[in-house]
Amino acid sequence: MLTARIIPCLDVKNGRTVKGTRFVDLRDAGDPVELAARYSDEGADELVFLDISATLEERPTFLAMVERVAAAVNIPFTVGGGIGSVADVLRALDAGADKVALNSAILRTPSLLDEAAQTVGAQSIVAAIDVRQENGGWTVYTRAGTESTGRDAVAWAREAAGRGAGELLVTSMDRDGTTMGYDLPLLRAIGQAVPVPLIASGGAGRLEHLRDALRDGGADAVLAASIFHYGTFSLADVKTYLQNEGIRVRW
Amino acid sequence: MAPSARVGIAGTSAGNIRSVVNALNRLGIRAEVSNDPAVLTKATHIILPGVGEARTAMEALDRSGVSQWLREARVPFLGICLGMQLLFERSMERDTSGLGIVSGTVRRFETGTLKVPHMGWNTVAPVQPSLLLDGIAPEAFFYFVHSYYAPVTAETLARSDYGIAFASVVQRDNFYGVQFHPEKSGTAGLQLLRNFIERC
Repeated sequence: MLTARIIPCLDVKNGRTVKGTRFVDLRDAGDPVELAARYSDEGADELVFLDISATLEERPTFLAMVERVAAAVNIPFTVGGGIGSVADVLRALDAGADKVALNSAILRTPSLLDEAAQTVGAQSIVAAIDVRQENGGWTVYTRAGTESTGRDAVAWAREAAGRGAGELLVTSMDRDGTTMGYDLPLLRAIGQAVPVPLIASGGAGRLEHLRDALRDGGADAVLAASIFHYGTFSLADVKTYLQNEGIRVRW
Repeated sequence: MAPSARVGIAGTSAGNIRSVVNALNRLGIRAEVSNDPAVLTKATHIILPGVGEARTAMEALDRSGVSQWLREARVPFLGICLGMQLLFERSMERDTSGLGIVSGTVRRFETGTLKVPHMGWNTVAPVQPSLLLDGIAPEAFFYFVHSYYAPVTAETLARSDYGIAFASVVQRDNFYGVQFHPEKSGTAGLQLLRNFIERC
């Protein structure tokens, strides 16, 4: 049987992880490659790297990091942040990423999704969707969550999957960083609307939150950053808990 | 390790072929990527990673002459993911004729209650003893990403379940195929690649 995926997320700026980590014994806590290897050894099922560099000049640094991650870790990983064209997608995959997450660019030019999926296959294309609750519904935000598109999140999720996204990474901006738990109604609404796997993101603070997203939210994978980086829980803690709650995990 | 092994990876150096090269390098094995039969012929082992979509991949193999060459290859061969599916007679993905080395037709998972692609870590249960899976736990986890699946037949070495039982490892003579990605499957995946190079 397929298992639920537990995915630590690393924010990277200029080749370094941005948030602090609990791994005080790492030679260099800011090195995403070392952190990736550590999470992989501890049982992470996948990894996500988001490039939050502000400028194009920093892009080559990120790709160099992707190459080093690919050489160091043999579990799947997704990269995202600033991917604006099929050429960007190809560069990331050629550097060794397994999947590429697209966000603002596909909202600007939805046909980029079709083009990317036809070029590299839907299995390598993730649509990242940042969502805020508004007027009783959910609205998609763009440009790192700073700008409303006015688009309904469920409708956009359906369109993105239809155009060739092989997976959706749905982040609740209302919950992100709050440790209040994932937005379960949002996950349910999108999960019922699309046939592709769904990664829940934004709000993980307690073990129950991960369980709820997988069991009640219908997510196929849960993404978390701070609970792992700050050492609130280890991957083993998460997996032991989920298994005891009747959710299948990989050991 | 087998220092004399020279792995030929059939294809162009695009997409996840890089991951296969990385995994082999971690095992200390040299690998060369080429779609030229004259180059591949010098390899002691052949891997066909197969990325993308069946029709496009098969047409590329036909154009380069690799498909004709592969059918007659006598060295150990490993098809990964789409590379395994292409070993079959036919794929329903744009109704494509495969290499026809393994019998059966590759079909799409029915969407309904299932999410497609089948994406993530699933168990692989051996149904026949094999050198390829030697030393790997009977219910080891491997990483899968695919929307089409191969049927369980007499040529199935191991099966997995996703709504339906499907072949996750197949063999016909020197031709092996795995539906999952050993290059992305942690230590079990590396063990399988090592077995392929050293034992098959």
